[in-house]
Amino acid sequence: MKRILAFAPLVIALIFGGFFLWGLNPDRDPNEIPSALISQPAPNFDLPAVEGLESPGFSRSDFDDLDKTVIVNVFASWCVPCRAEHAVLTSFVEQDGARLFGINYKDKPEDAVEWLENLGNPYERIGADFNGRAGIEWGISGVPETFIVGEDGTVIYRFVGPVVGDAQYSKFHTALLAAGAIEGQN
Amino acid sequence: MIPELGHFALALALSLALVQSILPIVGAGKNDLRLMQSASATAYGQVVFVGLAFAALMNAFVTSDFTVLNVASNSNSLKPMIYKVAATWGSHEGSLLLWVFILTLFGASVSLFGSNLPATLKARTLSVQAWISVGFLSFMLFTSNPFDRVFPPPLDGSDLNPLLQDIGLAMHPPLLYFGYVGFSIVFSFAAAALIEGRVDAAWARWVRPWTLAAWISLTAGIGLGSWWAYYELGWGGWWFWDPVENVSFMPWLLGTALLHSAIVTEKRDAFKSWTVLLAILTFSLSLLGTFIVRSGLLTSVHAFAVDPERGVYILGLLAVSIGGSLGLYAWRAPTMEGGGLFKPISREAGLLVNNLILGAATGTVLFGTLYPLFLEAVTSDKVSVGPQFFNAAFIPMMLPLVLAMGMGPLLSWKRADLFGVLQRLKFAALLSLIASLIVWYLSERGPVLAYVSLLLAFWLMFATLREWALRIRLFETDMPTAIRRARNLPRSSYGMTIAHLGVAIVMLGMIGSSVWKSEEIAFVEPGTVLSISDFKVTFEGVERTRGPNYFADRGALRVERDGEYVTTLYPERRTYPVAQTTTTESAIRSTPAGDLYASITEPASEIAEDAGAWTLRILYEPLIGFIWLGSIMLCFGGLLSLSDRRLRVGAPKKSESRHAQAQAAE
Repeated sequence: MKRILAFAPLVIALIFGGFFLWGLNPDRDPNEIPSALISQPAPNFDLPAVEGLESPGFSRSDFDDLDKTVIVNVFASWCVPCRAEHAVLTSFVEQDGARLFGINYKDKPEDAVEWLENLGNPYERIGADFNGRAGIEWGISGVPETFIVGEDGTVIYRFVGPVVGDAQYSKFHTALLAAGAIEGQN
Repeated sequence: MIPELGHFALALALSLALVQSILPIVGAGKNDLRLMQSASATAYGQVVFVGLAFAALMNAFVTSDFTVLNVASNSNSLKPMIYKVAATWGSHEGSLLLWVFILTLFGASVSLFGSNLPATLKARTLSVQAWISVGFLSFMLFTSNPFDRVFPPPLDGSDLNPLLQDIGLAMHPPLLYFGYVGFSIVFSFAAAALIEGRVDAAWARWVRPWTLAAWISLTAGIGLGSWWAYYELGWGGWWFWDPVENVSFMPWLLGTALLHSAIVTEKRDAFKSWTVLLAILTFSLSLLGTFIVRSGLLTSVHAFAVDPERGVYILGLLAVSIGGSLGLYAWRAPTMEGGGLFKPISREAGLLVNNLILGAATGTVLFGTLYPLFLEAVTSDKVSVGPQFFNAAFIPMMLPLVLAMGMGPLLSWKRADLFGVLQRLKFAALLSLIASLIVWYLSERGPVLAYVSLLLAFWLMFATLREWALRIRLFETDMPTAIRRARNLPRSSYGMTIAHLGVAIVMLGMIGSSVWKSEEIAFVEPGTVLSISDFKVTFEGVERTRGPNYFADRGALRVERDGEYVTTLYPERRTYPVAQTTTTESAIRSTPAGDLYASITEPASEIAEDAGAWTLRILYEPLIGFIWLGSIMLCFGGLLSLSDRRLRVGAPKKSESRHAQAQAAE
């Protein structure tokens, strides 16, 4: 009995070690925030167009007859990282041929218009989420956040924070390729 | 050139460590004194070379040598000198170098102060210590060389995380590491004793001062870290049960248990295999902390940059050191016979309760910390375990310990008279009840658990004082006799009294600041008045100021009480342009009764900024200063006990005289 008991600490330590080894898997990211929306149909929302902007408004029904996987980006003119991310998103649209929808989160229309005039407008549709209601439906934790939505209107992927920097870019780019939102170059 | 010398010194230290990991232990087996004594030279050599490497790295930081990658990514020429020095251990590589430097310092001090140890035990201990050295030096040289160059060198560095540019945090890692690494000596002693197959009272006596020294540093390190979190992070909290906090807390809990169980092994020759196991586990948990902080295994705000390759290497080190020592334990422990017998009511039994509770508490914290990992591995669900779990599981577990702590020191060895002890403590019990009732009468109503904890904190305080009074016979003899007895009490006895009082004081601070805390968060414009506790706080506006490597928005808050001016608080929001980070510098008015704590964060929105509106957070935290006062008492008690004459000179005499007696008996 005493002998078995003396082995207990070793056995427990080995079990812990096994879990640690599993935990070191390089593909695992403990900081990743899981979204309850993944593999679920996109939430219901109906947003008017941003006042003073030519882009039409954006609602759930726009997902009903998609021919292609699309990107949904939540942004605001007051958000500094969004400004940095804007160029990256534009390149997905202009160079890779992605379709991009926008949710303008808690923003003043005139600021948003000015912002898009300065930086360019890569968005097909932009919904004005002035009171943040759609943000709650999408379960965002802050701006910017970017989702990939499949042809059938299910949410495939969620990216928290700006798609800026090599590591983030390649991560998001890989997700876009996998989801079929863009074609791989040659 | 100097960085290369530093790198070379590390390689030399590694080769010395390799020699030391083999020769002395082989010598101990063959009883070859020359081989055993080689350990001293190599231990000193290691500390010299690792010290040189450390000095070389510090030199690179002080002179802002941006050709060294580590300097370029963690320092900046504009940074104040003290933080340039502190940046030496601010990064993963640098802190690892500090870790190893302390490790070799401890090795050399065993060699220096261990002249009274038996030659074989000393040789084996130093060999085991060298194994740890080899592991970490090779880890550093192969995966995290602090002296890597960068070409072309940047014009200026990218600055250390500004949150870390703080005097409290500059001192926090060295103290914490002295604690973590100090337990390595205890671990080496335990492994050496297992290899030797002998654990006796003398062994426990040698182990105690090292345990105590490590425990004091760890206590100071954790206290300092919590103080830093309190005033720097701007939330007004002092403990968040974050994984990285937990991994420093677990060795502390188990180290505290070890400190007490070693007493039993020393005085009564009992709990031997348990003490050895605690010694191994305490250092194992320190290593686990190093692993978790550097591998990216768990989510934490404090973790270093993540690198899976490093994680695998440390896991390998852990497997060898923890697996090896526990294997050795499984093999040897059953042969250790238990020593002195004792009754269920005795000081031994009291210390057993202490150990069981501290062990269970450590297990709870360990489980809570790693539960997200376990759950994700089994079900791939992601959860986070927050303060709710820890508070609900940990606090009720610790309260019985406090109850026992009041009585423990009054119990006598082998067999105690519980009724007699309670008889002596009846006034302490009565006083604590009265004190709690007074608080209950004066305070706003809090939860029942708060009053129970409060009662126990007072109980611990009065029972500890009563124990001291009994020792010096304060109420039984005349005053001069009592004073003479008080003077003659050994320092270790005062150490215990002060440390136990410190626990009571810390508890008061924790209870006061978490139960009777009041908080106001508001959007304020110049002229806005908030009231909190019995203070009236007027927001007077924000002005822009400049620091050496940052600019700050400094708010001014006029504080009044009963219509009279008390003070003006200046909380700041600092922006570090190079590191592109902002930090919160809270403003605190501290009094023994409580802290008035203010911090500002950026304006709610751009519209608000134009209007000069800011988010202001004010807290009133009663008694919170007691937490740090109590922590200081814990450290001071430990230091007093460490300076006790008995620990310095007692051990060899006793073993020699025993030896002489044994010979005389033959």
